[in-house]
Amino acid sequence: MPIRRAPDIISSEITEESLYWDRRKFIGASAGAALAALIPVAPSLMRTRQDEKLTPYDSVTSYNNFYEFGVGKDDPKRNAHTLRTRPWTVAVEGAVHKPKVFDIEEILRKYPAEERIYRLRCVEAWSMVIPWMGFPLASLLKEVEPTSKAKYVQFVTLHDPEQMPGQRRTVLPWPYMEGLRLDEAMHPLTILATGLYGKMLPNQNGAPIRLVVPWKYGFKSIKSIVRIRLTDQEPPTSWNQVLAREYGFYANVNPDVSHPRWSQKKERRLGKIRKQDTLPFNGYADQVADLYAGMDLSRYY
Amino acid sequence: MLCLVPLLWLLWDTFTGNLSANPLEDITHRTGLAGLRILVATLAVTPLVRISGWSHLMRLRRLIGLFAFFYVTLHLGTYLLFDQFFSLAGIVEDVAKRPYITVGFSGFLVLVPLAVTSTNKMVKRLGGARWKALHSLVYAAAAAGVVHYLWLVKIDTRDPTIYGVIVVVLLASRLWSKRVKRPS
Repeated sequence: MPIRRAPDIISSEITEESLYWDRRKFIGASAGAALAALIPVAPSLMRTRQDEKLTPYDSVTSYNNFYEFGVGKDDPKRNAHTLRTRPWTVAVEGAVHKPKVFDIEEILRKYPAEERIYRLRCVEAWSMVIPWMGFPLASLLKEVEPTSKAKYVQFVTLHDPEQMPGQRRTVLPWPYMEGLRLDEAMHPLTILATGLYGKMLPNQNGAPIRLVVPWKYGFKSIKSIVRIRLTDQEPPTSWNQVLAREYGFYANVNPDVSHPRWSQKKERRLGKIRKQDTLPFNGYADQVADLYAGMDLSRYY
Repeated sequence: MLCLVPLLWLLWDTFTGNLSANPLEDITHRTGLAGLRILVATLAVTPLVRISGWSHLMRLRRLIGLFAFFYVTLHLGTYLLFDQFFSLAGIVEDVAKRPYITVGFSGFLVLVPLAVTSTNKMVKRLGGARWKALHSLVYAAAAAGVVHYLWLVKIDTRDPTIYGVIVVVLLASRLWSKRVKRPS
Protein backbone atom coordinates (compact mmCIF):
# COMPACT_ATOMS: atom_id res chain seq x y z
CA MET A 1 0.00 0.00 0.00
CA PRO A 2 1.75 3.16 -1.07
CA ILE A 3 2.36 5.62 1.72
CA ARG A 4 1.15 9.00 0.59
CA ARG A 5 2.54 12.00 2.37
CA ALA A 6 2.34 15.54 1.17
CA PRO A 7 5.79 16.94 0.40
CA ASP A 8 6.70 20.24 2.03
CA ILE A 9 4.74 22.70 -0.05
CA ILE A 10 6.28 26.05 -0.85
CA SER A 11 4.07 28.83 -2.12
CA SER A 12 4.95 28.38 -5.77
CA GLU A 13 3.98 24.73 -5.50
CA ILE A 14 0.47 25.53 -4.30
CA THR A 15 -0.35 27.18 -7.58
CA GLU A 16 1.06 24.20 -9.37
CA GLU A 17 -1.16 21.82 -7.42
CA SER A 18 -4.29 23.60 -8.66
CA LEU A 19 -2.93 23.70 -12.18
CA TYR A 20 -2.29 20.01 -11.82
CA TRP A 21 -5.86 19.27 -10.90
CA ASP A 22 -7.08 21.47 -13.74
CA ARG A 23 -4.98 19.37 -15.99
CA ARG A 24 -6.59 16.24 -14.62
CA LYS A 25 -9.99 17.57 -15.68
CA PHE A 26 -8.47 18.25 -19.07
CA ILE A 27 -7.17 14.70 -19.17
CA GLY A 28 -10.60 13.42 -18.23
CA ALA A 29 -12.09 15.34 -21.11
CA SER A 30 -9.61 13.98 -23.60
CA ALA A 31 -9.42 10.58 -21.94
CA GLY A 32 -11.13 8.90 -24.80
CA ALA A 33 -8.63 10.08 -27.37
CA ALA A 34 -5.65 9.49 -25.06
CA LEU A 35 -6.76 5.99 -24.15
CA ALA A 36 -7.36 5.08 -27.75
CA ALA A 37 -3.80 6.07 -28.55
CA LEU A 38 -2.44 4.12 -25.58
CA ILE A 39 -4.35 0.89 -25.96
CA PRO A 40 -1.92 -1.05 -28.13
CA VAL A 41 0.92 -0.16 -25.79
CA ALA A 42 -0.63 0.12 -22.32
CA PRO A 43 -0.77 -3.49 -21.17
CA SER A 44 2.95 -4.05 -21.67
CA LEU A 45 3.82 -0.61 -20.33
CA MET A 46 2.12 -1.33 -17.04
CA ARG A 47 3.28 -4.88 -16.71
CA THR A 48 5.41 -5.64 -13.69
CA ARG A 49 6.02 -9.00 -12.09
CA GLN A 50 3.04 -10.29 -10.17
CA ASP A 51 4.46 -9.72 -6.74
CA GLU A 52 5.99 -6.31 -7.44
CA LYS A 53 4.91 -3.73 -4.93
CA LEU A 54 5.30 -0.01 -5.32
CA THR A 55 8.19 1.44 -3.36
CA PRO A 56 6.69 3.67 -0.63
CA TYR A 57 6.56 7.38 -1.39
CA ASP A 58 8.74 8.04 1.64
CA SER A 59 11.52 5.87 0.27
CA VAL A 60 11.27 7.19 -3.27
CA THR A 61 11.61 10.75 -2.02
CA SER A 62 14.27 10.26 0.65
CA TYR A 63 16.78 7.92 -1.00
CA ASN A 64 18.21 9.74 -3.98
CA ASN A 65 21.40 10.04 -5.98
CA PHE A 66 21.36 13.70 -6.94
CA TYR A 67 24.91 14.88 -6.38
CA GLU A 68 23.92 18.47 -7.18
CA PHE A 69 22.61 18.47 -3.61
CA GLY A 70 25.27 16.33 -1.93
CA VAL A 71 26.60 12.83 -2.41
CA GLY A 72 24.74 11.17 0.46
CA LYS A 73 21.47 9.42 -0.25
CA ASP A 74 19.74 11.62 2.31
CA ASP A 75 21.33 14.86 1.14
CA PRO A 76 18.94 15.70 -1.73
CA LYS A 77 15.84 15.58 0.44
CA ARG A 78 17.57 17.72 3.04
CA ASN A 79 19.13 20.23 0.66
CA ALA A 80 17.00 20.44 -2.47
CA HIS A 81 14.67 23.07 -1.05
CA THR A 82 16.94 25.75 -2.53
CA LEU A 83 16.03 24.68 -6.05
CA ARG A 84 13.65 27.16 -7.69
CA THR A 85 11.40 25.23 -10.03
CA ARG A 86 9.48 28.32 -11.21
CA PRO A 87 10.07 29.95 -13.54
CA TRP A 88 11.53 27.06 -15.55
CA THR A 89 12.18 26.63 -19.22
CA VAL A 90 13.30 23.72 -21.36
CA ALA A 91 15.12 24.74 -24.54
CA VAL A 92 14.66 22.19 -27.30
CA GLU A 93 17.17 22.87 -30.06
CA GLY A 94 19.78 21.47 -32.41
CA ALA A 95 18.94 19.37 -35.45
CA VAL A 96 15.26 20.34 -35.48
CA HIS A 97 13.10 22.34 -37.87
CA LYS A 98 11.26 24.18 -35.11
CA PRO A 99 13.51 24.85 -32.14
CA LYS A 100 11.63 26.25 -29.19
CA VAL A 101 12.07 27.32 -25.61
CA PHE A 102 9.19 25.79 -23.69
CA ASP A 103 7.91 27.18 -20.45
CA ILE A 104 7.29 24.36 -17.99
CA GLU A 105 3.66 25.43 -17.59
CA GLU A 106 3.21 25.08 -21.32
CA ILE A 107 4.62 21.58 -21.22
CA LEU A 108 2.34 20.60 -18.34
CA ARG A 109 -0.68 21.94 -20.24
CA LYS A 110 0.18 20.56 -23.65
CA TYR A 111 1.28 17.06 -22.70
CA PRO A 112 -1.15 15.48 -20.27
CA ALA A 113 0.65 13.37 -17.72
CA GLU A 114 -0.34 9.75 -17.46
CA GLU A 115 0.66 7.28 -14.78
CA ARG A 116 3.57 5.02 -15.69
CA ILE A 117 4.64 2.45 -13.13
CA TYR A 118 8.25 1.65 -13.88
CA ARG A 119 11.10 -0.17 -12.24
CA LEU A 120 14.16 1.96 -11.60
CA ARG A 121 17.44 0.07 -11.35
CA CYS A 122 20.45 1.96 -10.07
CA VAL A 123 23.91 0.97 -11.24
CA GLU A 124 24.75 0.53 -7.54
CA ALA A 125 22.52 -2.58 -7.57
CA TRP A 126 19.43 -1.37 -5.75
CA SER A 127 16.03 -0.83 -7.32
CA MET A 128 12.58 0.62 -6.80
CA VAL A 129 9.16 0.50 -8.41
CA ILE A 130 7.87 4.03 -8.95
CA PRO A 131 4.50 5.29 -10.20
CA TRP A 132 5.66 8.20 -12.31
CA MET A 133 3.41 10.82 -13.88
CA GLY A 134 4.73 11.69 -17.31
CA PHE A 135 4.31 11.76 -21.05
CA PRO A 136 6.27 10.24 -23.92
CA LEU A 137 9.40 12.20 -24.83
CA ALA A 138 8.45 11.40 -28.42
CA SER A 139 5.50 13.81 -28.17
CA LEU A 140 7.77 16.75 -27.38
CA LEU A 141 10.33 15.76 -30.00
CA LYS A 142 7.66 15.41 -32.67
CA GLU A 143 6.55 18.97 -32.04
CA VAL A 144 10.00 20.40 -32.83
CA GLU A 145 10.39 18.15 -35.90
CA PRO A 146 13.86 16.57 -35.84
CA THR A 147 15.73 16.91 -39.14
CA SER A 148 17.29 14.00 -40.99
CA LYS A 149 20.59 14.87 -39.32
CA ALA A 150 19.23 14.09 -35.87
CA LYS A 151 20.67 10.80 -34.62
CA TYR A 152 21.00 11.43 -30.88
CA VAL A 153 19.32 13.45 -28.18
CA GLN A 154 21.36 15.24 -25.53
CA PHE A 155 19.95 16.37 -22.18
CA VAL A 156 21.40 18.95 -19.82
CA THR A 157 20.58 19.68 -16.18
CA LEU A 158 20.50 23.13 -14.60
CA HIS A 159 23.91 24.51 -13.67
CA ASP A 160 23.59 26.95 -10.79
CA PRO A 161 25.78 26.35 -7.72
CA GLU A 162 23.77 28.90 -5.81
CA GLN A 163 20.64 26.79 -6.09
CA MET A 164 22.48 23.48 -6.19
CA PRO A 165 25.15 23.58 -3.47
CA GLY A 166 26.59 20.22 -4.45
CA GLN A 167 27.81 21.83 -7.66
CA ARG A 168 30.31 23.85 -5.66
CA ARG A 169 32.43 20.69 -5.56
CA THR A 170 33.45 19.15 -8.87
CA VAL A 171 32.42 15.66 -7.87
CA LEU A 172 31.15 15.37 -11.42
CA PRO A 173 31.77 17.89 -14.18
CA TRP A 174 28.77 20.23 -14.13
CA PRO A 175 26.24 20.56 -15.61
CA TYR A 176 25.09 16.94 -15.57
CA MET A 177 24.60 15.69 -19.10
CA GLU A 178 23.02 12.61 -20.57
CA GLY A 179 22.05 11.33 -23.97
CA LEU A 180 20.05 8.77 -25.89
CA ARG A 181 20.07 7.43 -29.40
CA LEU A 182 17.12 8.87 -31.30
CA ASP A 183 15.27 5.55 -31.46
CA GLU A 184 15.67 5.13 -27.69
CA ALA A 185 14.36 8.67 -27.20
CA MET A 186 11.36 8.04 -29.43
CA HIS A 187 10.52 4.72 -27.79
CA PRO A 188 7.08 4.66 -26.10
CA LEU A 189 8.63 3.64 -22.78
CA THR A 190 10.79 6.76 -22.61
CA ILE A 191 9.02 9.51 -20.73
CA LEU A 192 9.55 12.96 -19.39
CA ALA A 193 8.22 12.77 -15.85
CA THR A 194 6.68 15.71 -14.02
CA GLY A 195 5.22 13.90 -11.05
CA LEU A 196 5.10 10.76 -9.00
CA TYR A 197 2.42 9.16 -6.86
CA GLY A 198 -0.05 11.58 -8.38
CA LYS A 199 1.82 14.58 -7.01
CA MET A 200 4.27 17.03 -8.54
CA LEU A 201 7.87 15.85 -8.50
CA PRO A 202 9.60 16.73 -5.24
CA ASN A 203 12.79 18.71 -5.82
CA GLN A 204 14.98 15.80 -4.77
CA ASN A 205 13.49 13.63 -7.51
CA GLY A 206 14.48 16.03 -10.27
CA ALA A 207 11.75 18.67 -10.32
CA PRO A 208 10.18 20.08 -12.32
CA ILE A 209 10.87 17.72 -15.22
CA ARG A 210 13.15 14.75 -15.65
CA LEU A 211 13.75 11.82 -17.95
CA VAL A 212 12.85 8.24 -17.13
CA VAL A 213 14.35 5.47 -19.26
CA PRO A 214 13.38 2.36 -17.32
CA TRP A 215 15.47 -0.21 -19.15
CA LYS A 216 18.70 1.61 -18.41
CA TYR A 217 20.62 2.23 -15.22
CA GLY A 218 19.20 5.11 -13.21
CA PHE A 219 22.00 7.56 -13.94
CA LYS A 220 20.64 7.84 -17.50
CA SER A 221 17.38 9.25 -16.16
CA ILE A 222 18.62 12.80 -15.92
CA LYS A 223 16.89 15.21 -13.57
CA SER A 224 15.88 18.89 -13.60
CA ILE A 225 16.30 19.26 -17.35
CA VAL A 226 16.84 22.71 -18.90
CA ARG A 227 18.03 21.77 -22.36
CA ILE A 228 17.29 19.07 -24.92
CA ARG A 229 19.46 19.08 -28.01
CA LEU A 230 19.23 16.89 -31.09
CA THR A 231 22.59 16.11 -32.66
CA ASP A 232 24.25 13.81 -35.14
CA GLN A 233 27.07 12.82 -32.77
CA GLU A 234 26.89 10.60 -29.71
CA PRO A 235 26.73 13.23 -26.95
CA PRO A 236 29.08 13.19 -23.94
CA THR A 237 27.50 11.90 -20.74
CA SER A 238 28.72 12.87 -17.28
CA TRP A 239 29.48 9.49 -15.72
CA ASN A 240 31.15 8.33 -18.90
CA GLN A 241 33.29 11.44 -18.85
CA VAL A 242 34.66 10.73 -15.38
CA LEU A 243 34.82 6.92 -15.44
CA ALA A 244 34.53 5.68 -19.01
CA ARG A 245 35.53 2.15 -18.12
CA GLU A 246 32.67 1.85 -15.65
CA TYR A 247 29.85 3.87 -17.21
CA GLY A 248 29.07 3.61 -20.88
CA PHE A 249 26.72 5.52 -23.13
CA TYR A 250 24.12 2.79 -23.43
CA ALA A 251 24.02 1.65 -19.77
CA ASN A 252 21.36 -0.96 -20.50
CA VAL A 253 20.53 -3.00 -17.42
CA ASN A 254 22.34 -6.28 -18.04
CA PRO A 255 23.05 -8.97 -15.44
CA ASP A 256 25.64 -10.48 -17.77
CA VAL A 257 27.82 -7.40 -17.98
CA SER A 258 29.26 -6.63 -14.59
CA HIS A 259 30.43 -3.25 -13.46
CA PRO A 260 34.24 -3.48 -13.32
CA ARG A 261 34.13 -3.38 -9.53
CA TRP A 262 30.90 -5.20 -8.69
CA SER A 263 28.51 -7.72 -10.14
CA GLN A 264 25.20 -6.71 -11.75
CA LYS A 265 23.63 -10.14 -11.44
CA LYS A 266 21.54 -9.25 -8.43
CA GLU A 267 19.91 -6.20 -6.97
CA ARG A 268 18.40 -5.14 -3.69
CA ARG A 269 14.77 -4.17 -4.25
CA LEU A 270 14.20 -1.64 -1.50
CA GLY A 271 11.80 -3.02 1.07
CA LYS A 272 12.86 -6.59 0.47
CA ILE A 273 15.45 -8.44 2.48
CA ARG A 274 16.68 -10.98 -0.01
CA LYS A 275 18.46 -9.75 -3.09
CA GLN A 276 16.74 -10.65 -6.34
CA ASP A 277 17.99 -11.49 -9.79
CA THR A 278 18.47 -8.57 -12.14
CA LEU A 279 16.58 -8.94 -15.40
CA PRO A 280 18.00 -8.11 -18.81
CA PHE A 281 16.87 -4.61 -19.75
CA ASN A 282 15.36 -4.36 -16.28
CA GLY A 283 12.52 -6.63 -17.36
CA TYR A 284 11.64 -4.62 -20.45
CA ALA A 285 13.51 -6.87 -22.87
CA ASP A 286 10.47 -7.80 -24.92
CA GLN A 287 9.88 -4.12 -25.63
CA VAL A 288 13.41 -2.85 -26.21
CA ALA A 289 15.77 -5.71 -26.98
CA ASP A 290 15.29 -5.32 -30.73
CA LEU A 291 16.75 -1.80 -30.53
CA TYR A 292 20.07 -3.51 -29.91
CA ALA A 293 19.83 -6.45 -32.25
CA GLY A 294 23.29 -7.45 -33.39
CA MET A 295 25.07 -5.17 -30.89
CA ASP A 296 27.71 -6.63 -28.64
CA LEU A 297 26.27 -5.48 -25.31
CA SER A 298 29.48 -6.15 -23.39
CA ARG A 299 31.25 -3.76 -25.71
CA TYR A 300 28.48 -1.18 -25.86
CA TYR A 301 27.78 -1.09 -22.16
CA MET B 1 33.12 3.16 26.59
CA LEU B 2 33.10 5.42 23.56
CA CYS B 3 33.61 2.43 21.31
CA LEU B 4 30.10 1.24 22.03
CA VAL B 5 28.60 4.46 20.74
CA PRO B 6 28.50 3.48 17.05
CA LEU B 7 26.75 0.22 17.86
CA LEU B 8 24.26 1.77 20.23
CA TRP B 9 23.56 4.58 17.81
CA LEU B 10 23.05 2.10 14.99
CA LEU B 11 20.72 -0.05 17.08
CA TRP B 12 18.79 3.02 18.12
CA ASP B 13 18.40 4.19 14.53
CA THR B 14 17.44 0.70 13.41
CA PHE B 15 14.69 0.26 15.94
CA THR B 16 13.32 3.78 15.68
CA GLY B 17 13.12 3.42 11.90
CA ASN B 18 15.71 6.09 11.43
CA LEU B 19 17.70 4.25 8.81
CA SER B 20 17.37 5.06 5.13
CA ALA B 21 15.16 3.31 2.62
CA ASN B 22 18.01 0.84 2.26
CA PRO B 23 18.64 -0.12 5.89
CA LEU B 24 20.87 -3.09 5.15
CA GLU B 25 23.20 -0.84 3.22
CA ASP B 26 23.24 1.57 6.16
CA ILE B 27 24.12 -1.19 8.59
CA THR B 28 26.90 -2.48 6.34
CA HIS B 29 28.36 0.98 5.87
CA ARG B 30 28.11 2.06 9.47
CA THR B 31 29.67 -1.09 10.92
CA GLY B 32 32.45 -0.90 8.35
CA LEU B 33 33.09 2.76 9.02
CA ALA B 34 33.10 2.20 12.78
CA GLY B 35 35.55 -0.66 12.35
CA LEU B 36 37.88 1.46 10.24
CA ARG B 37 37.69 4.46 12.53
CA ILE B 38 38.34 2.47 15.66
CA LEU B 39 41.17 0.58 13.98
CA VAL B 40 42.76 3.90 13.05
CA ALA B 41 42.23 5.04 16.65
CA THR B 42 44.12 1.93 17.78
CA LEU B 43 47.05 2.96 15.61
CA ALA B 44 46.97 6.41 17.16
CA VAL B 45 47.31 5.21 20.75
CA THR B 46 51.06 4.68 20.85
CA PRO B 47 51.96 7.98 19.13
CA LEU B 48 49.50 9.71 21.46
CA VAL B 49 51.08 8.10 24.51
CA ARG B 50 54.50 9.18 23.34
CA ILE B 51 53.46 12.76 22.83
CA SER B 52 51.32 13.14 25.92
CA GLY B 53 53.10 10.85 28.32
CA TRP B 54 49.74 9.29 29.32
CA SER B 55 51.13 5.79 29.61
CA HIS B 56 47.93 4.41 31.11
CA LEU B 57 46.38 4.72 27.66
CA MET B 58 48.43 1.73 26.55
CA ARG B 59 46.21 -0.55 28.59
CA LEU B 60 43.24 0.64 26.57
CA ARG B 61 44.88 -0.16 23.28
CA ARG B 62 43.99 -3.84 23.42
CA LEU B 63 40.37 -3.10 24.22
CA ILE B 64 40.10 -0.55 21.42
CA GLY B 65 41.72 -2.97 19.00
CA LEU B 66 39.29 -5.71 19.92
CA PHE B 67 36.38 -3.34 19.43
CA ALA B 68 37.69 -2.64 15.94
CA PHE B 69 37.71 -6.38 15.30
CA PHE B 70 34.19 -6.58 16.72
CA TYR B 71 32.81 -4.02 14.28
CA VAL B 72 34.68 -5.51 11.34
CA THR B 73 33.18 -8.88 12.22
CA LEU B 74 29.70 -7.33 12.38
CA HIS B 75 30.37 -5.72 9.02
CA LEU B 76 31.47 -9.01 7.48
CA GLY B 77 28.57 -10.81 9.12
CA THR B 78 26.07 -8.36 7.65
CA TYR B 79 27.53 -8.98 4.21
CA LEU B 80 27.59 -12.76 4.63
CA LEU B 81 24.02 -12.87 5.85
CA PHE B 82 22.15 -10.14 4.02
CA ASP B 83 24.16 -9.86 0.83
CA GLN B 84 24.98 -13.49 0.29
CA PHE B 85 22.62 -15.39 2.60
CA PHE B 86 25.60 -17.54 3.45
CA SER B 87 25.74 -18.81 -0.10
CA LEU B 88 29.26 -20.20 -0.29
CA ALA B 89 29.32 -20.04 -4.07
CA GLY B 90 28.31 -16.39 -4.03
CA ILE B 91 30.86 -15.51 -1.38
CA VAL B 92 33.68 -17.32 -3.14
CA GLU B 93 32.84 -15.64 -6.42
CA ASP B 94 32.76 -12.21 -4.82
CA VAL B 95 36.03 -12.68 -2.98
CA ALA B 96 37.69 -14.03 -6.11
CA LYS B 97 36.31 -11.60 -8.66
CA ARG B 98 35.65 -8.30 -6.90
CA PRO B 99 38.93 -6.69 -5.86
CA TYR B 100 37.37 -4.50 -3.22
CA ILE B 101 35.93 -7.59 -1.55
CA THR B 102 39.19 -9.50 -1.95
CA VAL B 103 41.11 -6.80 -0.15
CA GLY B 104 38.40 -6.30 2.47
CA PHE B 105 38.24 -9.98 3.26
CA SER B 106 42.03 -10.16 3.44
CA GLY B 107 42.01 -7.31 5.92
CA PHE B 108 39.62 -9.28 8.08
CA LEU B 109 41.76 -12.39 7.83
CA VAL B 110 44.80 -10.42 9.05
CA LEU B 111 42.82 -9.19 12.06
CA VAL B 112 41.86 -12.72 13.13
CA PRO B 113 45.26 -13.85 14.44
CA LEU B 114 45.69 -10.44 16.02
CA ALA B 115 42.43 -10.82 17.90
CA VAL B 116 43.25 -14.39 18.87
CA THR B 117 46.70 -13.44 20.24
CA SER B 118 45.44 -10.39 22.08
CA THR B 119 45.40 -12.02 25.55
CA ASN B 120 48.15 -11.82 28.16
CA LYS B 121 48.61 -15.58 27.93
CA MET B 122 49.27 -15.27 24.21
CA VAL B 123 51.77 -12.48 24.71
CA LYS B 124 53.69 -14.78 27.11
CA ARG B 125 53.45 -17.74 24.78
CA LEU B 126 54.74 -15.87 21.75
CA GLY B 127 57.25 -13.79 23.61
CA GLY B 128 57.43 -10.03 23.35
CA ALA B 129 59.47 -9.74 20.18
CA ARG B 130 57.41 -12.26 18.19
CA TRP B 131 54.14 -10.81 19.42
CA LYS B 132 55.24 -7.33 18.42
CA ALA B 133 56.27 -8.55 14.98
CA LEU B 134 52.92 -10.26 14.46
CA HIS B 135 50.94 -7.29 15.65
CA SER B 136 52.75 -4.91 13.34
CA LEU B 137 50.44 -6.49 10.78
CA VAL B 138 47.71 -4.23 12.11
CA TYR B 139 48.99 -1.62 9.66
CA ALA B 140 48.42 -4.06 6.82
CA ALA B 141 44.86 -4.56 8.05
CA ALA B 142 44.30 -0.82 8.26
CA ALA B 143 45.69 -0.35 4.77
CA ALA B 144 43.44 -3.12 3.48
CA GLY B 145 40.47 -1.38 5.09
CA VAL B 146 41.31 1.92 3.44
CA VAL B 147 41.79 0.34 0.01
CA HIS B 148 38.56 -1.63 0.42
CA TYR B 149 36.73 1.64 1.12
CA LEU B 150 38.51 3.44 -1.72
CA TRP B 151 37.61 0.74 -4.23
CA LEU B 152 33.92 0.64 -3.38
CA VAL B 153 32.99 4.33 -3.49
CA LYS B 154 31.50 5.39 -6.78
CA ILE B 155 33.46 8.55 -7.29
CA ASP B 156 33.79 10.60 -4.13
CA THR B 157 37.20 9.41 -2.93
CA ARG B 158 37.59 12.21 -0.42
CA ASP B 159 36.81 10.26 2.75
CA PRO B 160 38.76 7.07 1.98
CA THR B 161 41.72 9.24 0.97
CA ILE B 162 41.59 11.09 4.27
CA TYR B 163 41.71 7.80 6.18
CA GLY B 164 44.56 6.69 3.94
CA VAL B 165 46.55 9.78 4.74
CA ILE B 166 45.93 9.31 8.46
CA VAL B 167 47.09 5.69 8.35
CA VAL B 168 50.22 6.64 6.41
CA VAL B 169 51.02 9.42 8.89
CA LEU B 170 50.53 7.10 11.86
CA LEU B 171 52.68 4.40 10.25
CA ALA B 172 55.36 6.95 9.46
CA SER B 173 55.38 8.18 13.04
CA ARG B 174 55.79 4.62 14.35
CA LEU B 175 58.63 3.91 11.93
CA TRP B 176 60.26 7.20 12.81
CA SER B 177 60.17 6.49 16.53
CA LYS B 178 61.59 3.00 15.92
CA ARG B 179 64.48 4.51 13.98
CA VAL B 180 65.13 6.96 16.79
CA LYS B 181 65.09 4.16 19.40
CA ARG B 182 67.59 2.00 17.57
CA PRO B 183 70.44 4.22 16.40
CA SER B 184 72.30 2.47 13.61
